[in-house]
Amino acid sequence: MAGHSTYVPATGLTRWLDKRLPIIRLVNDSFVTFPAPRNLNFWYTFGGILAFMLGIQILTGIVLAMHYVPNSDLAFSSVEQRIMREVNYGWLIRYIHANGASMFFLAVYIHMFRGLYYGSYKAPRELLWILGVFIYLLMVATAFFGYVLPWGQMSFWGATVITSLFSAIDQIIPHLGTAITTWLWGDFAVGDATLNRFFSLHYLMPFVIAGVVGLHIWALHVPGNNNPLGIDPKGPQDMVPFHPYYTVKDLFYLVLFLIFYMAFVFYAPNFFGNPDNYIQANPLVTPPDIVPEWYLLPFYAMLRSVPQKLLGVMVMGGALATLLFIPWLDSSKVRSCRFRPLMKQLFWIFAADCVLLGYCGSQTADAAWNIAGVDLPLVWVARLATLYYFAFFWVLMPWIGKIERTTPLPESIAQSVLNKGRA
Amino acid sequence: MVTAGFKLRGILAFCAASCRNTRHKRLTILAFSIHKTRSHIPAVGAPQPINEVTTVANASNPEPTRRDFLYIATGAVATVGAAFAAWPFIDQMNPSSAVLAMASIEVDISAIQPGQQVIFKWRGHPLFVRRRTAKEIAEARAASVSALVDGLARNANLTDSAPASDENRVIKPEWLVLVGVCTHLGCTPTVSTPQSPQGSFGGWLCHCHGSEYDTAGRIRKGPAPQNLAVPPYSFTDSTKIKIG
Repeated sequence: MAGHSTYVPATGLTRWLDKRLPIIRLVNDSFVTFPAPRNLNFWYTFGGILAFMLGIQILTGIVLAMHYVPNSDLAFSSVEQRIMREVNYGWLIRYIHANGASMFFLAVYIHMFRGLYYGSYKAPRELLWILGVFIYLLMVATAFFGYVLPWGQMSFWGATVITSLFSAIDQIIPHLGTAITTWLWGDFAVGDATLNRFFSLHYLMPFVIAGVVGLHIWALHVPGNNNPLGIDPKGPQDMVPFHPYYTVKDLFYLVLFLIFYMAFVFYAPNFFGNPDNYIQANPLVTPPDIVPEWYLLPFYAMLRSVPQKLLGVMVMGGALATLLFIPWLDSSKVRSCRFRPLMKQLFWIFAADCVLLGYCGSQTADAAWNIAGVDLPLVWVARLATLYYFAFFWVLMPWIGKIERTTPLPESIAQSVLNKGRA
Repeated sequence: MVTAGFKLRGILAFCAASCRNTRHKRLTILAFSIHKTRSHIPAVGAPQPINEVTTVANASNPEPTRRDFLYIATGAVATVGAAFAAWPFIDQMNPSSAVLAMASIEVDISAIQPGQQVIFKWRGHPLFVRRRTAKEIAEARAASVSALVDGLARNANLTDSAPASDENRVIKPEWLVLVGVCTHLGCTPTVSTPQSPQGSFGGWLCHCHGSEYDTAGRIRKGPAPQNLAVPPYSFTDSTKIKIG
């Protein structure tokens, strides 16, 4: 895509094909000869891992859909009885799928934090970043729909709480929010109609994600990869062809990732699950504590930290929407945090802040830390953490970029590699 | 009709002009220009250069043409058509007639003891029927309406503006009938009893996000914005109520 195509079809058949549908040329230019900076490190392998995870989820998902019944009376038993006990290897395929969602999010968070650390969102990669945010939002929606399908207690009440977020609109336009939730449910509560449509959408969304991933890779291949130094490549001495250098590197780390992933599938398949989801959905009994899956806990903590319904929903939505503006919030001329001593520290505080928010979200609404005999309610911890989340993007990013004294950038990628990473 | 037709043509021409960035001073003559452009249609056997006849308005030929009119008219019809075509696909998501048919139930409340709450299922939601003790009624009546988080009764049997006094929350003071859905994010609140108090107002506590309701089901503390809803109901006799 970027640069001149070097593909030369070698046989009569490929020459014939190349004149009609240059698909081999496209693959060759995108994933074989495609020039990539020679200093991409471990953190850059997660893009490939994510593409692989999307494939795994689609493959296992198609198989599960062959045995699953999207009916509120039958869904629970079709998962727990049929798929888990009766279908040959159904248990394995389901555990690959369920843990696959967690691994997908683990990989996407590493991918996003990597982009944040090395400034991969900065010009000319703003659209690349924004497409990535869209993929992430689609992933959240897909995971939410998927979590409802086994129709356990946490499925049902998670669906109720999340769809009820829209009822906050009632506080702006009376009755509109309620009308929207009724429309989403197809009923006056989460029920059979809701389950059916969530199944339909859960099947659709991965293909939408695949489409946006195509755009994401396209937008990546126009400016080319950013790199840990955050400086533009100056010439061929700074680059290596994607194959074999990064195909092998990606594959190597993919294998390590798969070992980690399969350790959960085989030895702790319910590690990320909630025991309450082994109880069939009951619309009359709310579980004592509703918690979302781990990957949404930070946002859940933000929602809960605000004592007003509409504001809580807006804070949570705002936290997600903020990601879209990052390319224009960062005022620094230097991309990589490697050369930004202040931003580097704030970045790691931000990463810890997200983990802290996740922890707050996993605890009950009235939990407290007892520090030297004084009770510190976790809701206040979550409030401060939420404040830092927003301050990091809307205050620190624009401001630090202006006042920070960055360390000297290396002359070129090649020079830095020869100096073993020293500037 | 003449005026209406003139106006419509003027609007369409205005759209054409706006689309093509022509200058504003032309607006006055635009209404007529559509007719005028008909003279551009070539007579049979007298071919003209194609680009002069068929192109839309542009920098060298800023007058809106018949084609501009067709573009806008087609676009307008297509937009309206698309909206009409979209509606069935949007409306199919709303509750079906089978769901609507289940919207009303009748329940027997004769076995409920004072201080006890029984949960029925109505429209897929829990429906609380609580037989209040004299103490609970007195507590609910003692609260000042002006001090409440939500000052409205939220009673489907009354007008929307009815204040949230305890009298407006019930039909018979002993019987409190509520939709058991927390007005924050839809969890089912847990009932408070003297043996197992929930929250500090004697009514209900929602464990999801900590909203507390009093013995009239009114929100007193926490993120929920409204009192628990009172559904449309009536006593069909002294021990039966019809909901919905």
